[in-house]
Amino acid sequence: MSFTSLVRLNLGKDLRLEWRSKDALNAIGFFALLVVVIFSFAFEPNEEESRAIAGGIFWVAFLFSSIVALNQTWARELRHHVLDAYRVSAASPAALFLSKTLGNFIFVAVIEVFIVPLFIVFYNLRALGDARTLPLIFALGTWALVVNGTFFAALSLRTRNREIMLPLLLLPISIPAIIAMVQATTLVLTGADSPLLWIKLLIGYNVIFTVAGLLLFSPVLNAE
Amino acid sequence: MSADHSNPQAIVRLNDVGKVFGRFAALRGLSADFHLGKLYILLGENGAGKSTLLRMIAGLAAPTSGKVDVACTPEKVGFMSHSSFLYDDLSGAENLRYFAGLYSDPAPSNELMASVGLDPALPRRVRDYSQGMRQRLSLARALVNRPELLLLDEPFSNVDAASTAQMLTLLCRLKTSTCIILVTHQPALLDGIADQTLTLVAGRVAAQGARP
Repeated sequence: MSFTSLVRLNLGKDLRLEWRSKDALNAIGFFALLVVVIFSFAFEPNEEESRAIAGGIFWVAFLFSSIVALNQTWARELRHHVLDAYRVSAASPAALFLSKTLGNFIFVAVIEVFIVPLFIVFYNLRALGDARTLPLIFALGTWALVVNGTFFAALSLRTRNREIMLPLLLLPISIPAIIAMVQATTLVLTGADSPLLWIKLLIGYNVIFTVAGLLLFSPVLNAE
Repeated sequence: MSADHSNPQAIVRLNDVGKVFGRFAALRGLSADFHLGKLYILLGENGAGKSTLLRMIAGLAAPTSGKVDVACTPEKVGFMSHSSFLYDDLSGAENLRYFAGLYSDPAPSNELMASVGLDPALPRRVRDYSQGMRQRLSLARALVNRPELLLLDEPFSNVDAASTAQMLTLLCRLKTSTCIILVTHQPALLDGIADQTLTLVAGRVAAQGARP
């Protein structure tokens, strides 16, 4: 099997399983919606304040909701030890990692598509900068969340307290990406400056951690 | 079954293999050869090291000491574990198609399902299968890569008499071109099929011999 065929096979299986169970989608959707609504009522920001804080609230909501979902997507591989069947087959670990990351990206992106309009309504948002860069920032930011999240969720898979272990591992290493995605989003919303520098930082972060994940996933998968 | 290092056809060769978990020694200095075209039974009480041994041969665990040599590639190793290795939310055919996709020369999934007495058209998800149906599907999954080395961990548990007979017929047929290592607590089921028996006690070989 070629690498791309394996990625397609695993991704198709994950999408089918998620479509039937909705484990990850429900977790991300409800959690993100709750955070957005609660912050909206807690701060009751005016239009100018909204533009200043919306980026931070949006990405924090998706960071935490992604953590809930990332645990779910690997947990299904642990039921009945299905992951061991993959290990016995000697199929590419990197293909499994990439397909899981792509799957998680799709799950988070789908929920973002539903949450963004609600977010605009709740926070009465109107971008003063070039709003056309927002889809790019969302795509890069979402990939940054899921690429590390997928890797560290796999790493914490066999630990006793994996629900606690994942945020402990993921949050510190995500700080540069969080700063970049929040700054880029805020700059577009406020129109204060160009977000290009932060977009470049996100691209660099994504390239480094995607390559590192692909190269280092084999020992993570095959750890006893 | 003792180590016969002069025989070049051994598909699995265990050389003084030990496995320690913390302070517990699951296997101690185990040496044995396993050959193509034969069916071996691993016997022993719970905790004797049988499942650990199968996991090591399958490549899922590394020995703490000694060496496990497997002559065939991982592409040609089939492993049926205690756990089903199946996705609950996929149907039987979907499960087999997925696992077949991991190999370069898979067996047709419809034929495999039929060979263990399951209807390939059954739309039911695996979560709705009975324990016996899961067990049979799990055997079919282990055969999806046309294995040369087949490792079976208690394949007959929770399986009714008719299905057991069907599985035995299938094993009989496979045995000609496959090395089968099977853990069971019901060795009598394999009378006339099994070639050799290896009994483990506390991680050591306590008895071994040919079966009539």
